[in-house]
Amino acid sequence: MAINSEVLVIGGGLAGLTSALKAAREGADVRLVSYKQSSLRHASGLVDLLGYTPDGEGPITDPYAAMGDLPEEHPYRRVGVETVRESMSLFDEVTDYRGDHTDTNALVPTHGGTVKPTARYPTGAAAGLASDDRDVLLVGLESLVDFDAPHAAAHLEAAGVPFDVRGETIRFPGDLQADAKITRYAKLLDTNGDVAVRGRKKGARDALAERVNTVRDTEERIGFPAILGDAHTDAVRAALEEKIGADVFEVPMGPPSLPGLRLEDALFEALDEAGASFETGNPVVDFDADGERIETVYIEKNGAKIPNSADQYVLATGGLVGKGIESDRESVTEPVFDCHIEHGEDRYEWFDGDAFGDHPFASFGVETDETLRPLTADSAVQFENLRAAGSVLGGYDFAAEKSGSGVSIATGYVAGENAAAEAR
Amino acid sequence: MSDAQSPTEFDPVEPNTGEDFEPVDVFPDSNDFDLRPGADSCFKCSVCDTNCPVAEVDDEFPGPKFQGPEQWRLKQTDDDYEIDDSVMSCSNCMRCDNACPSGVPLSQMHNTARGEYVSEQMDKFSIEYVRNRILANYRTSAAIASKVPKLANWGMNFGPARWLMEKTLGVTKEREFPEFAEETFREWWAARGGADASRRNAQQRREELGLDRDADKKVAYFHGCYSNYNSPNVGQAMVRVFEHYGYEVVAPEQKCSGTPMFANGMLDDARRHAEVNVSSMSDLVEQGYDAIASCTSCSMALRQEYPELFDIDGIDKVAENTFESLEYLRIHEDIKEDIQETDVSGELAEEFAYHAPCHARNQGLDRQSVELFRDLDGAGIEDVGESCSGISGTYGWKEEKYEKSMEIGEEMFEHMEHAEGEVGMTECPTCASQMEHGTGYEVRHPLELLEAALVE
Ligand SMILES: Cc1cc2nc3c(=O)[nH]c(=O)nc-3n(C[C@H](O)[C@H](O)[C@H](O)COP(=O)(O)OP(=O)(O)OC[C@H]3O[C@@H](n4cnc5c(N)ncnc54)[C@H](O)[C@@H]3O)c2cc1C
Ligand code: SF4
Ligand code: SF4
Repeated sequence: MAINSEVLVIGGGLAGLTSALKAAREGADVRLVSYKQSSLRHASGLVDLLGYTPDGEGPITDPYAAMGDLPEEHPYRRVGVETVRESMSLFDEVTDYRGDHTDTNALVPTHGGTVKPTARYPTGAAAGLASDDRDVLLVGLESLVDFDAPHAAAHLEAAGVPFDVRGETIRFPGDLQADAKITRYAKLLDTNGDVAVRGRKKGARDALAERVNTVRDTEERIGFPAILGDAHTDAVRAALEEKIGADVFEVPMGPPSLPGLRLEDALFEALDEAGASFETGNPVVDFDADGERIETVYIEKNGAKIPNSADQYVLATGGLVGKGIESDRESVTEPVFDCHIEHGEDRYEWFDGDAFGDHPFASFGVETDETLRPLTADSAVQFENLRAAGSVLGGYDFAAEKSGSGVSIATGYVAGENAAAEAR
Repeated sequence: MSDAQSPTEFDPVEPNTGEDFEPVDVFPDSNDFDLRPGADSCFKCSVCDTNCPVAEVDDEFPGPKFQGPEQWRLKQTDDDYEIDDSVMSCSNCMRCDNACPSGVPLSQMHNTARGEYVSEQMDKFSIEYVRNRILANYRTSAAIASKVPKLANWGMNFGPARWLMEKTLGVTKEREFPEFAEETFREWWAARGGADASRRNAQQRREELGLDRDADKKVAYFHGCYSNYNSPNVGQAMVRVFEHYGYEVVAPEQKCSGTPMFANGMLDDARRHAEVNVSSMSDLVEQGYDAIASCTSCSMALRQEYPELFDIDGIDKVAENTFESLEYLRIHEDIKEDIQETDVSGELAEEFAYHAPCHARNQGLDRQSVELFRDLDGAGIEDVGESCSGISGTYGWKEEKYEKSMEIGEEMFEHMEHAEGEVGMTECPTCASQMEHGTGYEVRHPLELLEAALVE
């Protein structure tokens, strides 16, 4: 016996979540199993489709228009531009993200003071867009050294943004420890918890707004690092807006990322609503196959092997960061099903001598047919009932192209759709 | 007849640790654990910190990244490095374990550091030490109290006594002590006929199910302290549900799982209990039994904490063969379908507000009750979110932690109140008491609902 479902998705990142969601919405009985928390916790929470060409040209204005020029083995070419659009509509439906009103990339200021082309951004970042010409005040916090507001402001100014921008650093009320966790700020703001200001207790939201008001000039938009609440982020922003009398936005931060966490929560919630099952915390380590078909996979829990069976499987275990692809000095491998990964014999061919050069390792990954079934070294379908999605796929370099989330969503969508169709 | 006479001739009263039993001394010589590779694989992404419910409310607590890899690194480079006392504020919820993308063994690091701190740096005459030791050895007090349950129930919650305990021992007076059952699970089990009765029930049931009368379906129940002394109805439900599926149950001699001891750095105490448990369970596992727990902290201890911290004969074998009760049925029976085909009425036909304990989460079990019961007619179940309940075993009992514990739990209370049901559900007895304490709801265990649904 085993724990059964029609479609079993392995991996709980953006790709796995999208594919489970799509398959569940198509009516399949879906189960998602994932080991660790996904790379969403490290990512900015911005959803990029295509910001630059593989050769580094850009920023690209219309990512859909540019997809046709991508190399043939690129996952976007595999699934087709129309499907990318469809997958993005599914994403829009289940999240509270903006950017769906236009095909063109939005320009979002980042914590380093650069402007990043992205397809979708959280509502909380909306008031900060670089295409808006209202003046901006960036507010940094003394204890949060990752975001140096004056520095970021200077960078933005130098990048030629069409507005005046100024940075101020303040103390978070209550004088938290220098190494306070971002979740500590978020929780205080979420609950409007008491902080001590000159010996008197005050709600954190009120106290923060008061501090900002002492440094604010006439700016109509105020940008904070992305710590404005976790469970009640809209309420936190609304309260600050009211008390400051200006629009408030979050600047996406480096890891660990609250916007990434919130996105993960929203997707799991959608998955729950769609009726899918999921389990996180333990890895898939082994499988049984009968010739061309995978029959059972095994989740390991401290030595116990828990069998999970399904009709169709989706591999969405991530790339080198998610541990869906492993490499050592000799070879590059996909550890769950040992899917074939094309790579040069000599590991010195894996990267370029120039640190910013064109590194083959960046696009290492599984190759597939049009329905996303992994292919063996001689281009045969490896297993009839296995599909791959997200950064476990080869043929693209998400870091260079700024296409990570888009590829995960689009290929997850296709893998989920095909798996559900086969399972029915 | 007692379960000492199990069908296997195994005498669980005398722990059989074997000839070459040689547990490793964890402390003071902690070199047995070389966690350096773990510390080295930390790339400081701080993702673990985002999972820590204590860091979320306690500004002084430096979080798992510091407690784990950083502290280990300091310790390895400086022989005189003293463990930071903040490690005592870690509630051992083990949430950080789940987060780390590079597989740093965070909770193992915390448990070892805490053990070292308590054995080397903590004043054994301090009130804190005494208090922690009493809280950690709940089983001992429970064993005494359950001899005189009525008196204990009254005495423990007697106002002046509670006030005195807070003042002298630092045990918060805000909480109600759990009630002791008039008949413990083991008393019920023995009166019912122990393992022999269970085997007869199972055989009869296997015949009804059209299975082989002698089919090899047998489990050893690790009931833990709580379902023995406080909520025997959970243990009874476990026995009836498993017999319903044709399993013979044995209830071998056992001590505390050690969970409260790990959290208080009392590793010596924990090991003494673990030796008994592993010895009982490994003998049975050798004979083809699987170990089943109804408390998710107990299964966590047997599965993960024991092999991480102790070197006891048979420990890995026990870990590999330990399961949580519903999980086991999910793997071996068509429980999903059975639930879909039945319904509940009466006392348990309720809407439940379900909270997944942190230790269930770490075993990947946080969703199973909601997913199984959402197809059950007559009852409803709603997940009240991923927040920690805040009590974390003994953590919320400490006077100085009480408020933080309630602050952590606030999100859960809020969700419970918004949920449709006014009855709570969870696998963890301490989470249950926190749920009750924060909302006034009565709280049930999934096995009770399963029993009501499946067993007539
Ligand atoms: C630091 C960083 C910043 C980024 N910033 C951005 C950005 O600003 N914009 C953008 O669009 N993209 C960004 N990305 C890229 C984007 O996050 C990823 O491309 C995308 O999220 C990958 O999703 P995925 O589902 O394919 O893989 P992952 O998110 O890596 O998920 C893989 C999942 O599979 C699980 N898993 C692995 N092995 C197993 C196993 N054996 N059994 C079960 N489960 C397993 C893992 O635990 C993990 O949960 C960033 C990435 C990183 C690392
Ligand atoms: S075990 Fe829990 S309380 Fe302790 S550091 Fe980890 S997450 Fe924090
Ligand atoms: S999650 Fe792991 S790698 Fe990241 S800081 Fe924590 S221990 Fe280090």
